[in-house]
Amino acid sequence: MQPSPPSTRPRLTALRDRVLKLAELATTPLLPQDYLDLVDPLRSGAALRGRIEEVHRETRDAATLVIRPGRDWRPHVPGQYVRIGIDVDGVRQWRAYSITSVLGRADGCFSITVKAIPDGRVSNHLVRRTEPGTIVQLDQATGEFVLPQQTPDKALFVTAGSGITPVMGILRNLADDVATDVVLIHSAPTADDVIFGAELRELAAAGRIRLVEQHTDTDGMLDAASIAALVPDLAERATWACGPLPMLEALEQYWADAGVADQLYTERFRPAIVAGDGEGGTVTFTENGLTLEADGSTPILDAAEDAGVLMPSGCRMGICFGCVLPLREGAVRDLRTGEVTTAAPGDGVLVQTCVSAAAGACAIDH
Amino acid sequence: MTVIQKKSDNPIAHLTAEDIELLGKQLDAIRQSVLDTRGEDDARYIRTVIDVHRKLELGSRAVLLASGFPPAWILGTIGLSVAKILENMEIGHNILHGQWDWMRDPKIHSTTWEWDMASPAEQWKHSHNQLHHTYTNVIGKDNDLGYGIMRVDEDQKWVPAYLAQPLWSFINACFFEYGIAAYDLELGRVIATGQTKDPDFRRRAKQVLGKIGRQVRKDYVIHPLLSGPNFVPTLAANFVANVVRNLWSNSVILCGHFPEGVETFEKRSIDGETKGEWYVRQMLGSANISGSKAMHLMTGNLSHQIEHHLFPDLPSNRYAEIAPQVKALFDEYGLNYHSAPMHKQVYSAWHKIFRLSLPNGWLDNTTPKNLPTQLVKLWKMSTGPKSARRRLLQAEAAAA
Repeated sequence: MQPSPPSTRPRLTALRDRVLKLAELATTPLLPQDYLDLVDPLRSGAALRGRIEEVHRETRDAATLVIRPGRDWRPHVPGQYVRIGIDVDGVRQWRAYSITSVLGRADGCFSITVKAIPDGRVSNHLVRRTEPGTIVQLDQATGEFVLPQQTPDKALFVTAGSGITPVMGILRNLADDVATDVVLIHSAPTADDVIFGAELRELAAAGRIRLVEQHTDTDGMLDAASIAALVPDLAERATWACGPLPMLEALEQYWADAGVADQLYTERFRPAIVAGDGEGGTVTFTENGLTLEADGSTPILDAAEDAGVLMPSGCRMGICFGCVLPLREGAVRDLRTGEVTTAAPGDGVLVQTCVSAAAGACAIDH
Repeated sequence: MTVIQKKSDNPIAHLTAEDIELLGKQLDAIRQSVLDTRGEDDARYIRTVIDVHRKLELGSRAVLLASGFPPAWILGTIGLSVAKILENMEIGHNILHGQWDWMRDPKIHSTTWEWDMASPAEQWKHSHNQLHHTYTNVIGKDNDLGYGIMRVDEDQKWVPAYLAQPLWSFINACFFEYGIAAYDLELGRVIATGQTKDPDFRRRAKQVLGKIGRQVRKDYVIHPLLSGPNFVPTLAANFVANVVRNLWSNSVILCGHFPEGVETFEKRSIDGETKGEWYVRQMLGSANISGSKAMHLMTGNLSHQIEHHLFPDLPSNRYAEIAPQVKALFDEYGLNYHSAPMHKQVYSAWHKIFRLSLPNGWLDNTTPKNLPTQLVKLWKMSTGPKSARRRLLQAEAAAA
C-alpha cells in the first residue's frame, strides 16, 4: 500500500534539512521550524500533527472525527490505532483510538470514532466539544490487531461498545473480491447505541456479513458459551475480539479451554488494573530533582504528568513500552498484576511507568 | 536602609507566630484558587503571546532588510526591541519558571525552553529560580542584590571604589544579559578564589560562550549580511534593540527589589524559617509597578513582583487577578504593599544606588549651598589617612 515516492524525494529532503540547518543561524535560539509552524503546521518535516476537519455524531455518546494528517503520515493497516494528543482544558492529553476509515480516501484524511465514557475527560471532549479546525498531535498508526496477509476463509469478530471501531476499520477495507465468511457478534445497550448500526445492518442485508446484535439492556450479557452456541463452527474461525476487559478475559479462558487459544486475537483499550492495596510513596526523579507524593493506585506516569513533568509515554496500557524508565531505587507495583518490583540503590530496573504505581519511596531516572 | 532585624521600627514586630502561619494559609488558599481554575483560557493566552512575538520579530527583521531607509530603520528597531522584550520577559522568564509546565506541551516547557539571552536557560534557572527566589533579599545569599558588585546596604562598609557604582550600574544595565550570564557563572567568585580550572566551571563557561557566540552571530553577522547593502544600519538596529531590551529588563528588575522601603534580611534570620515566614519575607522584599495592561505585559507581569515572588510558578496572566486579594491581606496584617508607577520606582532605585555609592549620610547632608565643602570632605574621606577617614565617615553618618 506504501506509495512509491519519486526518486528525487530523498535528495529534496536532504536539501531541505541542510537549508533549515543554515536558517537556524538566523533564528537561534528558536528553530526555523518554530516559525514555519506558524504558517503550515501540517507540512512535511514538521512534528506529526493533524487537523480535525469534520465531526459526525454516530450515537448519543459517540462521534467520528475526520482528521487531515500531516504530510509525513504513513498509511495505516486496517485495525490499527493512532495515538492522538489533544489539549483538554489547556492540558495536552494523549489517547489511542482505532482508525475506522477506508484506506486511500480521496481527501487524504482518516477517521477515528470515539465513544464518550463516563468521567472520560478526553473522550467527552472529543465527542462533545471538539471544533473542526482544531490541531491535534499524532503518532504514526500502530497496532497488531490486523488481519494476516492471507485473509482467512472464515472469521469471527466479537465486539462490545466502542470495541466495534477497529473491526469497522477492518470490515470497511475488506476487498469486495475477498470471499471471507464473516460473523460479527456485537453487544450494545440498545439498537440505537450500536455505533455504525445502519452500515452494519446494510452489510448484513447485502449478505457480506452475518450480524448478531445483542442489546444488553433488554437481552442481558452474552457469555462465551452462548457465543459458541451461536457460532457452531467456532473452532474453524480465526477470531478477533475487542471490548471491555471481563469480556476479553472470559473469551480467552473459553478459547484456551477449547484448545484454540492461538486463534483468538484481542485488543485492549485500557490496562487491566487490579484494585491496588499499595501504599504509594515519594517518587524522586533523579535528573530533574523533582519529588512528588504518589498514591498506590495512580500510575507514576499520571502522577508525574500531573506534577508538570514531561514524561515519555506511549499506549498508556502497558503494551508498547514507550514509557519505560529505570527504577534506580525503591519499589513499584504493577497495577495489572499487583506484583511488586524492587531495586537496590544503583540498580536500573526498567519499569513501565504507565502501569506502575509507587509501592513505597522510589527513585526514577528521568 | 538596614536589614529588617536591625531596624528600630521592625515592620513585622506586631505579628505573632500564629498570625504569620495564618497568613501563610490564606496565601496558600489564593494559590489553590488559581490552580483550580487554570485551563484553556490561560493556555490560549501564552500561545497568543508566543505567536505575536514570533510574527513581530519576523516582521521587524523583514522591515530591517531595508534599514538603509530611515523610517524602516526606526520602525524595525522599535518592533525588534518590543519583540525582544516580550521574548525575555513575558515568555522566557515565565516559561523558565515552570509557569506553563502544567500544559504538558513539550515545546512550551521549563525543561526544553531556550531564550534570546546570553545566559543559557539551564544556568539561569539555577541562579534565579533556586537561589534568588529562595533567598530573596537575604544579604550575602541573594546575588540579585547588587549582582555581587554593588553596595546595596548601609551596613556594607563604604570604600571609595563605590563612588563609581552609578557608572558601573549603568554599564551593567546596558549589557545586562552579559552581566546576568557572568553572575549565573559566579564569575567573580570563581576568579577571586582561583577556581577557573574547575572542570564544572569550564563546562558551564563553554556553554555560555557558545550561546553568546550564536546570539552575536545572529544579530551582528547573519541578519546584517541578509540586509546586503544595509549591513551597517541593520547591525546598528540589532545593537540598539539589544540595549533597549537590556535597559528595560534591568529597570524592571531594579523596580522589583531595589526601591527605597523594600526590606532586606540577615542571613541568620532565615535559619529554620517556616513557610509563613518565607511568605512574609517575599511580601516585604518585593515591590510592584502600577500601570496599564500594556505595562504588565511588557514587564512580563513582574509589575506584580509581589504576587510573582509569593507564587513564582502561577501563570503570569493570573497575577493581576489575585493582586487585590493579596493587597487585602497586606492591609489586614498591617504590612506595606509597595506599589508605585514605573518612573517613581526607577527613580527611587537609582536614588538608592547613588546614595549608597556615597558614604552613609553624605547625600542627606548635602545641599546646593554646602556642596563645595561636602565635596572637599568627600575627597578627604577617599584619600586621607585611615584614622581621619574613619572619623569623618562616622561624623557624616551621625550628622544625618
